[in-house]
Amino acid sequence: MKRFKNIEPYILLLPAIVYLLVFFAYPMFRSFKMAIFTEEGQLTAKYFLRMINDSNFREAFQNTFLFLIAIVPLQFTLALIMALVVNEKLKGSGLLVYIYSIPIAVSDLAAGIIWFSIFTQHGFLNTVLSHLGLIDKPFIFLSYETSWPFVAVVLAELWRATSIVFVILVAGLQSIPKAYDEAAKVFGARYWTRLWRVTLPILRPSIQVALILRTILAIQVFGVVLALTGGDLRVLASEAYQWYNNYRNPPVAAAYATLLLTLSMITSYIYLRSLRVEEKMRL
Amino acid sequence: MKSKPKRSSSQLAKRGLIYLLAISIAMFILIPIYLITMLAFSTNDVIYSYPKPLLPSEVTLDTVSFFLGAYRIIDSIKRSVLVALIALVISLLIGAPAGYALARYIFPGKDSFRLLFLSTRAFPMVILSIPLTVIYINWGLDDTNLGVALIHVAMALPTAILVTSSVFVGVSKELEEAALTLGCSRFEAFRRIVMPLALPGLAASSIFTFVLSWNETFAAAILTINNRTLPARLIVQLGGSPAPFKYAGGFFILVPAVVFMLFVRRYLLSLWGITLK
Repeated sequence: MKRFKNIEPYILLLPAIVYLLVFFAYPMFRSFKMAIFTEEGQLTAKYFLRMINDSNFREAFQNTFLFLIAIVPLQFTLALIMALVVNEKLKGSGLLVYIYSIPIAVSDLAAGIIWFSIFTQHGFLNTVLSHLGLIDKPFIFLSYETSWPFVAVVLAELWRATSIVFVILVAGLQSIPKAYDEAAKVFGARYWTRLWRVTLPILRPSIQVALILRTILAIQVFGVVLALTGGDLRVLASEAYQWYNNYRNPPVAAAYATLLLTLSMITSYIYLRSLRVEEKMRL
Repeated sequence: MKSKPKRSSSQLAKRGLIYLLAISIAMFILIPIYLITMLAFSTNDVIYSYPKPLLPSEVTLDTVSFFLGAYRIIDSIKRSVLVALIALVISLLIGAPAGYALARYIFPGKDSFRLLFLSTRAFPMVILSIPLTVIYINWGLDDTNLGVALIHVAMALPTAILVTSSVFVGVSKELEEAALTLGCSRFEAFRRIVMPLALPGLAASSIFTFVLSWNETFAAAILTINNRTLPARLIVQLGGSPAPFKYAGGFFILVPAVVFMLFVRRYLLSLWGITLK
């Protein structure tokens, strides 16, 4: 490896750094500016106030928050099960890993459309339910009068995004030396004990990464919601989109964007603090 | 040769349960994909029917061709391909050198850079598309392919850097250094030794970028008005579209991505900057 007196690495990294400055830092800065300055350049809170006082804001915020609370634990459990199953190294594990990872490639819009075909009034779910004799006429799952749209969104996102967590956990599991688990077995520990006391603690860095990633992505949930509910179910990201595209009000959209950014940073910080990981355990 | 230890029946039962679990989850993932594929190749009657058939009765290209013939859909598909290709090339051009730097050099700030790239990965990037629209108007990039591609590059760059970094780490340094001692310049050594070995990994990184760009909806929808990519066009027309249109559209967004993933499954783990020894 070259020693650091060389400036070569910095030159190689420069385009990437510049690019990220231009396309990350600068828009972020502009976004804050848009949300807190009027057109004349005066500091103002009116866009934030407009956002908060909007009749849809509370609903959007609640829905996003509820969605977060629902999806993260569910996905983690499912992803963990998937990772543990794959780790058992059954015959065909390779194929299993591929199948379990397919949803990573699925766009949120496509996932929304797919699950729409399942939950829609004349869709597959009703078909199966009526074949099983559980219902006489099709149940309207996606009506805004019930809580079912929310369930549908959670299910669709569970289907689509668990793979992301799964891949991270699998990578983490594979890097755990078998010796730990074997030692615990020798000491007579049962499966659950081994899981809780040995495997999961070592997985903490991976879990932390996965939690942060998944939470931040969940805060921005958009495509699935729109495809399944057509705007009936309001979430923060869809409101941002509405304010920009339909109400033609970029500053309020920017206020929403700032809110989303802030929420992401806060949750990341919370995860980083509560799941304190020693440096040397980082992957 | 050691003989396999006899399995007790409870152990067999446990294994059987695990298989069952594994297959159930696999079905959960595969069945929806099968369903949308079936719908995309069914007639209108089937699409509107209820109860829906669970097995395909007749396969038809009507729905697909209806979709493709719809207003500016082929245009959107071409646009999506173009945008994804542009994003792919730019990401590779900027990301590969950075990945190489992270893989081969030790320098102050290296870990900070790594952390920076990892954390931008978790950033709500789509949100930044809102201020970007205004910026683009100033730069004359609004409603252009290049504009959308550029934001996709920004979204894909951290991953591209981390993946290429893993790829280059996987190429043995000794080979490169041997070439250097044999008189190659650093660049020649790179071109003749490293590149061929790294090519599959770089291809995988490109495919990730392509898929990300192909799928991306929010930013594309905000940054374009007339010249929309496929997901952007679909989401804007979603409310007013008939079911066959929607399902065919979903299918078209879905398929290339799933097919491409088939080629990159080896590199899945390096997606997260995790280098497996």
